Order: sequence, then structure tokens, then C-alpha cells
Amino acid sequence: MTLLQENPAETAYEAELIQRIKSGEHDLFYRLIQPYERRVYATALSIVRNEADAEDIAQDSILKAFRHLSQFRGEARFSTWLLQITINEARMRKRRMTLRAMESISDQQNDEGDYMPREFADWREIPSESLERKEIRTALVEALSSLGEKYRSVFVLRDIQHLSIEETARVLEISPGSVKTRLLRARLMLRDFLSPGLNGQWSATPAFAKGNKPWE
Amino acid sequence: MECDAGVCEREQAMGITCETMWRESSNYIDGTLSPDLQQSIDEHIKACQACASVLAGLQNIVTLYGDERMAELPSGFSRRLHRRLEANMPTTRRNFFGWAVALAGSVLAVGGIELSRASHQVPDSISKHSQHLAKPIPPDMQVVVSEKGRLFHLAACPFIINRETIRHMTASVALAQGLSPCTRCLSKYL
Repeated sequence: MTLLQENPAETAYEAELIQRIKSGEHDLFYRLIQPYERRVYATALSIVRNEADAEDIAQDSILKAFRHLSQFRGEARFSTWLLQITINEARMRKRRMTLRAMESISDQQNDEGDYMPREFADWREIPSESLERKEIRTALVEALSSLGEKYRSVFVLRDIQHLSIEETARVLEISPGSVKTRLLRARLMLRDFLSPGLNGQWSATPAFAKGNKPWE
Repeated sequence: MECDAGVCEREQAMGITCETMWRESSNYIDGTLSPDLQQSIDEHIKACQACASVLAGLQNIVTLYGDERMAELPSGFSRRLHRRLEANMPTTRRNFFGWAVALAGSVLAVGGIELSRASHQVPDSISKHSQHLAKPIPPDMQVVVSEKGRLFHLAACPFIINRETIRHMTASVALAQGLSPCTRCLSKYL
């Protein structure tokens, strides 16, 4: 497994920014975090599923990163460190909100088991223009929201935020193999959820609501 | 599915089972399979409509969710974040003079950093995205960009949105326009 190579120029640039912020040029923090605002928000949303909570968590996480910047040693990428803070903040918030008991049954599924995709006679291509339609975007958001946290967080980091397998693994502190396994499951579940029905409508019933489908 | 019981009449002829195809479908889309396994899947889906449908569905999912419109920040997010940070930073500036000083300082600081970066001879500094690349994209490499797209791709990339609107250009032009490389077809540069 090859780790994602880091660009020395990028690392040096961020290291310089961080050093100057630590030295008191606090305004530079805006520039440091600006490229990562989207990722922080999406990562928080992948855990708590509520936009208002996600924004609050994103703000808390970024503020926490500012306050604890002196503890950042540069052993990992700044973005990885920032997203790890976000994941921890979101999970703590979620625990406080006692949402754990309400977690989707999907979370209880076994990673190691096979997930058998449903058969659809034809998966017609959905044109990207359809994303302009509110009901399509709503369906995508709802489908994603229906996944268990461990699948949703991997999918969001990898397929929406376009992190590499290795960086996703580092942020979530799981193995690259687990990332791949969860990503496969997440994609298959979303495909089943969103596959058009007989009339080209969005499927209303998540196929995975029945739980794991071990290969027989 | 037709291979529900684990026995598919055509599987023997197709080299790999439908089960194997499904297990590897995600890696296939990400292009991380060995050439041999990738070829086996290519052959399998030519003969197995059900698996071809699964793969097409997965690709559709990755394309739709990978669209930038699925990753938009709520309106006003940055403004609210900056206000929160401003209120919590040690050197909070609350009056007009303070704002002006902060703005000027920020511009100077950023300018200083940009100069500093230039002095580090950042390769292809025409775009911030180029600084994230572990291996430089050849500047004269031909790439394509679709209308309103924020990514540039190789022409054969299956994840191009609005393919009918693509324009051809060199990678250096795409980077100069602030576009980012597709994380799939150009993954070897990431």
C-alpha cells in the first residue's frame, strides 16, 4: 500500500502559515482553513446529518484547531488533523444528543459479510442536469442520510470530498482495507436505494432496510 | 439475481463469478485493480447483463454524488464562521480603523507569503491546485472540461459530467483557470 505522497511545497507553505499564526499573525488563520471549510462541514454533516448541527460543529472544530494549533506538530497533514478534530467533535456532539441509540440499523451490519445488490432490469443513466431538480437532490441526500455512520462517513470523504483511500483511512483512523470494504457497501446500498423503479421513479424503499444479505 | 444461488450458467465461461465481480466492483470503478482482474471483469460484464447493470449503477452513484453541487456549503457559511473566529481571536478588532488595519495586514501578509512561495520555486504556481500534486501533470497534456465543470479530465474518463459540452485544452490552461484534476482519471498525479 503506497501512502499518498505529500507535496513538499504545499507542506512548506502550510508550515509557514502555521508558524506565523503561532507567532501572533492570527488573521492568517482564515487563509489556512479556507480551502478546508467545505470538507469540515461535509465531514460533520456525515456524522450528525443535521445541517444546523453540522455548521455548529464545523465552527467549533475550526475554532478548536485555532486554539490548539500550538499542539500541531506537523506529523500529519494539517487537513488530516483538522478533519480528525471534526470527526471527534461531531461524535461527541452526537453522543451528547443521545442519538447513538437511534443509529440506523445499517451500522449493525457486519463489514465482512457480502452485500448482494438488487437486480434492476435497467439502470438508465441519470443525467447530471437532474441535480438541478430539487426532488433528485433531496432523494440523494435522503439516501445518504439513511446509511449508517460508518458507511456514510467513508462515502462522504471519499466520493464527495474526493479524499484518497489512504487519507480517508487516516482521518477516520481505520485501515485502508476497511475504507474499501465500507465504500463498496455504501455505494451498493446507495445504488439500490436510488435505482429507478418501473415508472422511472425513485425507489421509496431502501433495499438494505432488510439488513445484511450474506451470500448463500 | 440470476446468480442468486451462487451458480451462474455462464460464470465458467466468464472467468470470474458474479460474486467476485460485485466484491471488486468498487475497486474496478476506482481503477485500483490489477490489469488481469480488470480484464476479467471487462469480459464478465460483456456476457453478464446483471453485473453490467450493477456496475453502471455504481458508476452513476459515484458520478452524481461526486458532482460539486452535492458538496456546497450553506449560504453564508464562511461569513458566519469568520464572525465566530473574529469574536474568539485574541486580537479582536471592532472598529473601522481596526478592520482597515486587519485588512491591510492580511493583504500584506498574504502577499508576503505569495512572494515567499515564489521564492521557493513552487512548480506550476499558476494554480493552488498544482501545489497539491505529488507528481506534476505535464503542462501540455490534453485534457477536457465540461461546461460549468470545476474538474478537468482525460477525454476517456467515465466521470465527466455534461460530456456533450466538453472543451479541449492543455492541462496548464486548465490549472490556470483554477480547475482541479479529476481524482479518478488523473489519480496518479494526486
